[in-house]
Amino acid sequence: MKHVETVKGSDNWLTTKFTSLVNWAVNQSRANSLWPMPFGTACCAIEFMATAASRFDLARFGMERQAFSPRQSDVLICAGRLPFKLAPVIRRIYDQMPQPKWVISMGACASTGGIFDNYAMVQGIDTVVPVDVYVPGCPPRPEGLLYGILMLHKKIKGEDLFDPTLRDEHLLNDKGLRLEPEQIDEISEPFGNSVHQFRSA
Amino acid sequence: MNPSAQALQATFGNAIGRVVDARGETIVYVSAAKVRDVLAWLKNTAAPGYDYLVDVTAVEYRDRERPLEVVWFLRSLASTQDLRIKVELDPRGELAVPSVVDLWAGANWLEREVYDMFGVTFTGHPDLRRILMWETYAEGYPLRKDFPLRGRFSRSEQVRQALNVNPEGHYSMEELAIAESYDELPAEMRDRLARGDRARIPNSE
Repeated sequence: MKHVETVKGSDNWLTTKFTSLVNWAVNQSRANSLWPMPFGTACCAIEFMATAASRFDLARFGMERQAFSPRQSDVLICAGRLPFKLAPVIRRIYDQMPQPKWVISMGACASTGGIFDNYAMVQGIDTVVPVDVYVPGCPPRPEGLLYGILMLHKKIKGEDLFDPTLRDEHLLNDKGLRLEPEQIDEISEPFGNSVHQFRSA
Repeated sequence: MNPSAQALQATFGNAIGRVVDARGETIVYVSAAKVRDVLAWLKNTAAPGYDYLVDVTAVEYRDRERPLEVVWFLRSLASTQDLRIKVELDPRGELAVPSVVDLWAGANWLEREVYDMFGVTFTGHPDLRRILMWETYAEGYPLRKDFPLRGRFSRSEQVRQALNVNPEGHYSMEELAIAESYDELPAEMRDRLARGDRARIPNSE
């Protein structure tokens, strides 16, 4: 616990800032009882199921309850590629989740479009919803997802609840987009082997 | 070689083009004008009758000189015989073939898929709409050879159009299982379904 000092000569007293105490108490509770909303669209969802099952056991990290309802969930886990047809669906699910809420982008396709650099696929779900943790892999092994979840725990524990912008709803702007068009084009720019393909041909 | 090929040649004469044996599968090329008669004959009159339509699809070749082919995969469940019927169309001309939904009800979604991906019009289809892409999809027909892999619009425009589709609009009343109980639905839901805003993009002029 940061900013905590034990008063000299006594184990029964400590001094701290009120804000630190509140941050510590609330964030510890939140981080250790996340309710995931699984949004499984592809093979990553199989790894997610393995993560949730007894061998890897998500429940060890306070994720005992899988909330298959956005209204009762804290963290949206997009496990798999997101086609454009599902973009408004995940956006609505994200909008329906109450604050506080976080998003994990699981796997190469959810994070970047992966091998699907084509007409049908969103090139990274961060063009549609804000993402907190990206888990690489195709698909990531359960250890990878657990590592991502632990990274999210770390992020949550570092949040400052007294930051007035912390829980801002990032709604779509008047253009119907989350980011500026130039940002989306830049994020979607092909990389790796995809650079050898051209839009015109 | 499937004996139905000879029967077709005897019955329809000039309407039947070449007959090809491809690794034990019989392919019969038929003129576009006669294909509906041929398929109806194969289902109702031929012995054995081809009672099962396995698939309807289309092929466009990289060679621009080769015609675009629409393919019907037929199967006779009684005699377990397979037959492929093909129609050749000029990819630069009008792409239209007759629908066979009234012969095989299962052709409904198959023909919609071919229309969605290749732009082939099935004349007489009761409900020819896109099926895989959303109905306001405006970039063209993705499986055509002149279609760029990443689509025609910029990524930001694609995201904008996708995000502005009403996801509840993907489902028409006919497709919903609750269509029969429409009158018993809550008024709000009835209103939303009846509005038919699936073909409308909000925030667009």
